[in-house]
Amino acid sequence: MTVIETRLATDTPARAAFPARRLACACVLGAYLIFQALPVYWIVRMSLMTPGNVMGRSDFLPVEPTFDNYRTIFTDPTWYMSFLNQLAYVCLNTAISLAVALPAAYAFSRYRFLGDKHVFFWLFTNRMAPPAVFLLPFFQLYSAVGLFDTPWAVALAHTLFVVPLAVWILEGFMSGIPREIDETALIDGYSLPRFFVTIFMPLIASGIGVTAFFCFMFSWIELLLARTLTSVDARPLVATMTRTASSSGMDWGLLAAAGVLTILPGVAVIWFVRNYIAKGFALGRV
Amino acid sequence: MDADRRGHPILFRGGAGVIRLENLGRSVDGAMHLEGIDLTLSPGINVLLGRTHAGKTSLLRVLAGLDRPTAGTVTQEGQDLTALPLSKRNVAFVYQQFVNYPAFSVRDNIAAPLRRKGLARDEIARRVADVARRARIEPLLDRLPAQLSGGQQQRLAIARALAKDAPLMLFDEPLVNLDYKLREGLREELRGLFHDGQTVVYATTEPEEALQMGGTTIVMHEGRVLQTGPAHSVYRNPASVTVAEIFSEPPMNVVAARAQDGRLTLGDLTLPLPDHAPAGLMGCRVGLQPHRISRSPGPIRLEGETLLAEVDGSSTFAHFRAGGQPWIARLDGVHSLPIGAPFTGFADPADLYFFAEDGTLLAPARGALHG
Repeated sequence: MTVIETRLATDTPARAAFPARRLACACVLGAYLIFQALPVYWIVRMSLMTPGNVMGRSDFLPVEPTFDNYRTIFTDPTWYMSFLNQLAYVCLNTAISLAVALPAAYAFSRYRFLGDKHVFFWLFTNRMAPPAVFLLPFFQLYSAVGLFDTPWAVALAHTLFVVPLAVWILEGFMSGIPREIDETALIDGYSLPRFFVTIFMPLIASGIGVTAFFCFMFSWIELLLARTLTSVDARPLVATMTRTASSSGMDWGLLAAAGVLTILPGVAVIWFVRNYIAKGFALGRV
Repeated sequence: MDADRRGHPILFRGGAGVIRLENLGRSVDGAMHLEGIDLTLSPGINVLLGRTHAGKTSLLRVLAGLDRPTAGTVTQEGQDLTALPLSKRNVAFVYQQFVNYPAFSVRDNIAAPLRRKGLARDEIARRVADVARRARIEPLLDRLPAQLSGGQQQRLAIARALAKDAPLMLFDEPLVNLDYKLREGLREELRGLFHDGQTVVYATTEPEEALQMGGTTIVMHEGRVLQTGPAHSVYRNPASVTVAEIFSEPPMNVVAARAQDGRLTLGDLTLPLPDHAPAGLMGCRVGLQPHRISRSPGPIRLEGETLLAEVDGSSTFAHFRAGGQPWIARLDGVHSLPIGAPFTGFADPADLYFFAEDGTLLAPARGALHG
């Protein structure tokens, strides 16, 4: 923002002659920013207040701020275990999806085989149905094989939706890498796996970053499958949050604190892959 | 046959020996890329000369083992390697694009094929230093490929190929993406980089490159080999109009002509029949190489107007119309020739090539016979 403003002010005097226009820009952007950030602020505010105050007061700043809600979450095993459960299946899903999608995307990008285009399209048909369609079969299947209520159940269920997207994104990145690099490596004596890991993957690091981001985020915010395929042992945070209603009503403060903690990993992931994402959106197929 | 550390046989070790291609063909989805190639590649420099889509790259890829031929065989010293997988061949390949490993430093790039071969650490270091010196990229060893200029990137690719010390070195128009000056310099250096036992196959579209690289020239056109022989001999005695056109930049002037009563008629031009014209000549095609047309007076006078003049490196291509025919002259130095300006070029009858109506050579230029 500041960079743009300085440049506008110094390099283009014609633009500088219209401060009103700049002001209007700033106002629109500012309003949008507030519109976007307000709910986030509001949940942070709520998380720092007692249930009584949440319902009773509408001050902009937190009233009688307290960390009690967070303390509850970090000391009550139901809460912190569900946080860890969620993290477990999300990481599993991301790892499985990448492990499956990387070779698949490479095949689609480099080889021509019978029905390659059809399979590439068919991958997407999985995404055309809402997750609810797959609830019943997953539930039945996982109950039968004893995966029900484990992080694996949710992770595997999520890969069904994430892998097609991951293959598609990665294929775009891989097709941007000249085939000659592959061939040169093979001529130079690299085996395909070694080439893939030591030479090829660093070249599509941005793509892998972007893909990991999408896998992670899909899995992190998905509620329906996560809730249905778990009961007690592997219950995720999002599911626990929907079960906070007690005889004394909803504990809004606690719920808000859990909400804030749900946002944090997403923020962290975005922070780590932010450069890759910028590059990824520019180069690849996102 | 030698074997590598995993016990796989490695061909081409020591020297490639004589590689023989017999009736080689390759077609992809019904499109013919190579057809009926019979060729013998001996140690030394072999230049594949041809225009784009002549099949040069297809042939190199088959030699490298990247593609399988759909017909015919490749043998080395009597051993069939037609279906030998890539991992069991010992070749080096340099592309026209600058292909390096972007995530590796220059040093690691050069060392990569050596590490794959399982050489000792100090041996690798020694070879990297040696090759980097020969390719003149010594000061750049710690940089990444992206931090190099185009010329340096291609030097790196060549260095990596040299480091392998492969008996069969394949170059697919390695200099085409470099600017003119850089190309000239690198071309001269390239010749000195190979050693005797190596078989170098070098594809190019530029006749001058073929002449400078020397060795054997293999002229290719539409997936076939038209003529093979020492560079200068092919240049002076092109077997056909097509070879003459490919082996001349800009393409040779070819004009329909008639010989009658000791006179030769080219369009509106008439001149005495040159001494080296074949006996009993009637209708024919006459070729004149563009650089044989000069502006200093000579026996044949081509007078007309300039159609276009383009500067290519250190010479000027003058397109002009004379005697009802379009001509191209290649003049040394940069000349300013406005469109429509009068242009007079001169040529020597001794420089005329005679081709039959079907394009086969009847008589080369007389100058070509001597030197």
